Amino acid sequence: MKLSIVNYGAGNIKSIQFAFQRLGYDAILTDNPEEIRTSDKVIFPGVGEASSAMIKLRQSGLDQLIPTLKQPVLGICLGMQLMCKHSEEGDTQGLGIFDVNVKRFSNHVKVPQMGWNTISNLKSDLFKAINEKEYMYLVHSYYAEQCGESIATSDYELEYASALENDNFFGVQFHPEKSSKAGEQLLKNFLKL
Amino acid sequence: MLTKRIVPCLDIKNGRTVKGVNFVDLRDAGDPVVLAKQYADLGADELVFLDIAATLENRKTMHDMVLKVAEQVNIPFTVGGGISSVEDVDDLLHCGADKVSINSSAVKRPELINELSDKFGSQCVVVAIDAKEVDGEWLVHLAGGTIPTALNLFDWAKEVEQRGAGEILFTSMNHDGTKAGFANEALSKLSDLVNIPIIASGGAGTIQHFVDTFKDGKADAALAASVFHFGEIPILELKEELRIKGIPVRL
Repeated sequence: MKLSIVNYGAGNIKSIQFAFQRLGYDAILTDNPEEIRTSDKVIFPGVGEASSAMIKLRQSGLDQLIPTLKQPVLGICLGMQLMCKHSEEGDTQGLGIFDVNVKRFSNHVKVPQMGWNTISNLKSDLFKAINEKEYMYLVHSYYAEQCGESIATSDYELEYASALENDNFFGVQFHPEKSSKAGEQLLKNFLKL
Repeated sequence: MLTKRIVPCLDIKNGRTVKGVNFVDLRDAGDPVVLAKQYADLGADELVFLDIAATLENRKTMHDMVLKVAEQVNIPFTVGGGISSVEDVDDLLHCGADKVSINSSAVKRPELINELSDKFGSQCVVVAIDAKEVDGEWLVHLAGGTIPTALNLFDWAKEVEQRGAGEILFTSMNHDGTKAGFANEALSKLSDLVNIPIIASGGAGTIQHFVDTFKDGKADAALAASVFHFGEIPILELKEELRIKGIPVRL
């Protein structure tokens, strides 16, 4: 299986590569459109700030490529947020793959949300063999609103979409690569899609 | 619901854990990677590695260790000790660290917090603050609590938040090593003052101390070393007890 991780200078992506390595898969880090297009599975990671990440995607033309991919694509954390319509972070236009906006948590809660929270209302094959209210590790200040494409929800100040699915595109707000055994199960499920 | 985090801290020197650890039958209790894996399996929510030697010669060894931990451990971890520049952090994140912790270097040059937060995002910037209560005032101390400054703990905490820190690791020098409980009054005040997560450190001795620091100290996470390393408090037992006391934990 050819598995690629989109490399556009988005922080700690080694962790994702190592997580697949622990499952016995070699993932390549690449920004080459041809490599990405010909992969069986694509991981779209992201850590950092939305507007500067979008600038990097536009400079490399990856903003055009990603929405046209036909194989399963998994956005993680900021990667998922960039696949949405718009983010309040830096007033950023996203890739519009998911029909939902990204907003900031209010100051009624500590921001960023940092730590392990539960996921509920699980709806996709991505969550096969993962229980309702399983714990996943999250670090984020912005969230995708609850919407029709939501395949998991979490609670922090309000109920929000902690995973999204549209066609061959998947997005998770949490970090499966850092979420112990439950996270590993999710990555295995993604590889089987 | 977001859970409270239990964070074992490992002191590292020349790529090896110091102080020794004897909570399980390990072939090599000095190997931080073996220990980290063990802690992850036992239910730790996060790990902190503190490079207590932090010399230039040591840096390569530390990078190798971080790389190995990232390769083998499936929970998040923070690396601290001797970090004073954007380049230092870039290197550690490239080795697979999730967060870095800065302490003295932030006091000496507070702009470092802004630089790190702008470049890497606040989610990976932990500012560690060692403070001691002297004549009723909490003063920030440097170099492992040995050098006092004129900086007030609460003023400094507010400033690091404004400069972009994603989290504060607060160690009370009055409580550290006493096993008499965390500095809950100061912790609670900190938690009300800033809007970023606070990790409580210094003073863990019993399970009740953890209950108290989450309830009275309003801490988001609690860090400890020896009570975990020497098996005085098994993490699973601790978390079960916390849950009974109504504190949300990952079990």
